[in-house]
Amino acid sequence: MTTSSSPAPRTKTAVGNPRPSPQWWLTLAGAVLLVASAFLSWCYVPALLGDLSIDAYPGGLQMLMVIVGVIAIFFLVLRSGRMPSMDTLLDSARALKALSATAAGFMVLVALVIALQAPGLANANPGLFVGIVGAALMVAGSWQMASDPLVDPITVRLPSWVEILVIVVMMTIVLFGAAFALGQEDGTVFCLFLVFLGGVVTALARGGLFSWISVIAARHRQVLMMGALAVAFLFPFTQNGSDANMSIATQVLIFATTALGLNIVVGLAGLLDLGYIAFLGAGAYVSAMMSHSAFAHIGWKPPFIVVVVIGAIVSSILGLIIGSPTLRVSGDYLAIVTLAFGEIFRLTVNNLDGNNGPRLTNGPNGIPGIPDLEIGSFNFGDTHTILGIPLGRFANYYFLMLVVAAFIIMVFTRLNSSRIGRGWVAIREDEKAAEAMGVNTFGLKLFAFAGGAFLAGMAGTIKAHQDVSVTPDQYIFLESAFLLAAIVLGGMGSVAGVLVGATVLKLLPEKLRFVADYRLLIFGLLLVVMMRFRPEGLVPSQRRALEFHADDEDLADRIEEVHLEIAAEPDPAEAKA
Amino acid sequence: MSTQTLQPTAPAPRTFGAPVLEASGVVMRFGGLTAVNDVNLTVREGEIMGLIGPNGAGKTTFFNCLTGMYKPTEGEVKFLGTVLPPKPRSVVKAGMARTFQNIRLFGNMTALENVMVGRYCRTNAMALTSIIRGPKYRREEAESRRIAQEWLDFVGLGHTSEHLARNLPYGDQRRLEIARALATDPRLILLDEPTAGMNPKETEQAKDLIFRIRDKGLAVVVIEHDMRFIFSLCDRVHCLVRGETLIEGSPQEVQSDHRVIEAYIGQPDEDEEEMVAEAHAQDEAAPSTPAATDGRMKEDRA
Repeated sequence: MTTSSSPAPRTKTAVGNPRPSPQWWLTLAGAVLLVASAFLSWCYVPALLGDLSIDAYPGGLQMLMVIVGVIAIFFLVLRSGRMPSMDTLLDSARALKALSATAAGFMVLVALVIALQAPGLANANPGLFVGIVGAALMVAGSWQMASDPLVDPITVRLPSWVEILVIVVMMTIVLFGAAFALGQEDGTVFCLFLVFLGGVVTALARGGLFSWISVIAARHRQVLMMGALAVAFLFPFTQNGSDANMSIATQVLIFATTALGLNIVVGLAGLLDLGYIAFLGAGAYVSAMMSHSAFAHIGWKPPFIVVVVIGAIVSSILGLIIGSPTLRVSGDYLAIVTLAFGEIFRLTVNNLDGNNGPRLTNGPNGIPGIPDLEIGSFNFGDTHTILGIPLGRFANYYFLMLVVAAFIIMVFTRLNSSRIGRGWVAIREDEKAAEAMGVNTFGLKLFAFAGGAFLAGMAGTIKAHQDVSVTPDQYIFLESAFLLAAIVLGGMGSVAGVLVGATVLKLLPEKLRFVADYRLLIFGLLLVVMMRFRPEGLVPSQRRALEFHADDEDLADRIEEVHLEIAAEPDPAEAKA
Repeated sequence: MSTQTLQPTAPAPRTFGAPVLEASGVVMRFGGLTAVNDVNLTVREGEIMGLIGPNGAGKTTFFNCLTGMYKPTEGEVKFLGTVLPPKPRSVVKAGMARTFQNIRLFGNMTALENVMVGRYCRTNAMALTSIIRGPKYRREEAESRRIAQEWLDFVGLGHTSEHLARNLPYGDQRRLEIARALATDPRLILLDEPTAGMNPKETEQAKDLIFRIRDKGLAVVVIEHDMRFIFSLCDRVHCLVRGETLIEGSPQEVQSDHRVIEAYIGQPDEDEEEMVAEAHAQDEAAPSTPAATDGRMKEDRA
């Protein structure tokens, strides 16, 4: 490995952190104890927290502590100066502190759960206490560690195969993390997993890993995209034909796909659309009415691909009808009109039951019994076995939605970096100036609005078949609000952000059913906290981050620096494309 | 090209081409207030026209009438012989570009992207083309990138193309705004106080830049308060006072006219009227001040 600043680490290891410092040994001992404890039994009661009662066979939660321990040991090795090129990139002291805190918090929580649910700490086995002692030693050892000076990750260039390897490793971790998270049926275990995840992510972020990875990711965009697609594609193969998990995954994907479409409207064009779910509903209803369901009242049954096009077009026509009068005036009006449109849609489909209007939607009963899709001889209801892994009904829809999501992501990124995308940015920045520079502001806004509706309609036609039935109460204002929340949480104008936001918003309620009554309260609080501390979202697009921090000179300088660096050394894959 | 030799030192020996812009009898009223009253202005090809006047004289309002931001209450504006619809976009497309008194760049875009926005009206890649990205799209995109870079080089910002507009120094932002306007391939460019807030050296550079723009065959209209700048730059100067034309003529004629001097220094018994005019000027400027723009954008987001 070579870096542009190889002399720096040598001087630092000589002066800074001699390996045999007592703190270093203490932390190492703690980490080793933590890993060792995972191979001991933590608890007599097998039914509790997965199964933590078997020696030399780490249960799910114990594996998490092995991971924490191994990451801690990795950072300790870094600290000893063995890997100079990485050492300057990562702040091992800060990472170790956060890791120790995570381990300690996690162990205490496990002890608490055992005390409360086993019940009584008497049920705890020595392994638990070994783990607690290990975590305590780590805290004690790392607490006084001093941070080292870091080099800026954008100035460091590792060989590109190393950088790509990092992306691949990261993607693999995401895949198995997602599979593990979905596999947790027990709410308490899932919560502990969240604690672990939050802690490790914080530790790695504080250690500077993510700022490094974001630079790598910017350099190898295409590899990252392909990696993400591969992970999403491989996911059903990790589920061993479990329909319960695949159902959740498919719902997450439909939600994410819809949110991606909305992100074109909200994130790129900067229009606030509070009735987006209605466009999804329009597509779903078109699909349901033209399906072979016994309750569908349209006689014409075209092939599915035609239905997709019709659903998308009907949605976009609705979008044009709503958008053309309102987009001429400023933002607030559009929000109000779209809010009303969402309600009009719900009331309309509630009433088109033959009594108040044409008999199309069966009113509140909706259209049930929509048969599974059949494209050619491929029936989406059947289970297919590939490489010995059964892929059931939901996996089939999952793959179909993946294709749609990939299509929408392509539309999103290509529009974003085109003449139209520049026009949208100009409109967001200063609509008057954009108009005065010849940008067709009304036309571009209308296009974003109708285009977003088009994509939602498309997703809706598939959703109808996946859901089996289409009813008005699936398309209520709350769903629009959730879509918007996913975008705000994840990051406006960013593909990765919306995927993260949609996953969080859809997955958490599924896994945390015991707090289902409070989920709106929790989301509300979450959004308020986000608005206060990170208004640009979890994974924002850089432009949006800049817009939300109009006065932050440092951020602007930093983003410019990265941009210049990437612009100066274009990714070979990018250059070819 | 050497610009020094082109500077008119004596009464302009230059001859100008056909009229590019003909504004006749332009009146702009806001309610009971007449901001611009019966102004006639003709700008010819290759001519630099200066527009001067004390604060609140209606210069920017007149600019807005010319560029389609306002629809004049009376009178008409002919550009290359045709009356344009009062829409900024059509006006730009017809070949009239402008800059703003308060810099209105797209701060979070790079310098190059800002100029490429100027190319928007000269390119026509639509949604499907942008998504499919065929050879025609790529050719057009490369072309607008190349032209944008050329204009950046022209105004002397070639090296900053990948820098964020908001990170550029003030003088560079002014020049970037000019580059953005030039990228729309105009026949006439209207500059609203291009040297406001600049130091003498930057002012000198701006003058040089405007001469070079003129030498490209464009007609230029400049609003400016810096008299030395305007009299050494312009072929003709048009002086507005309280919305009405005071005098139009060569720099020498305008410079020596006692009414112009009076208008700038003011007369004791007209204080009140001036205050009214000034108050209006502030109203007029308000929508374009950065603070107000920010406020509006935040509202949009909320």
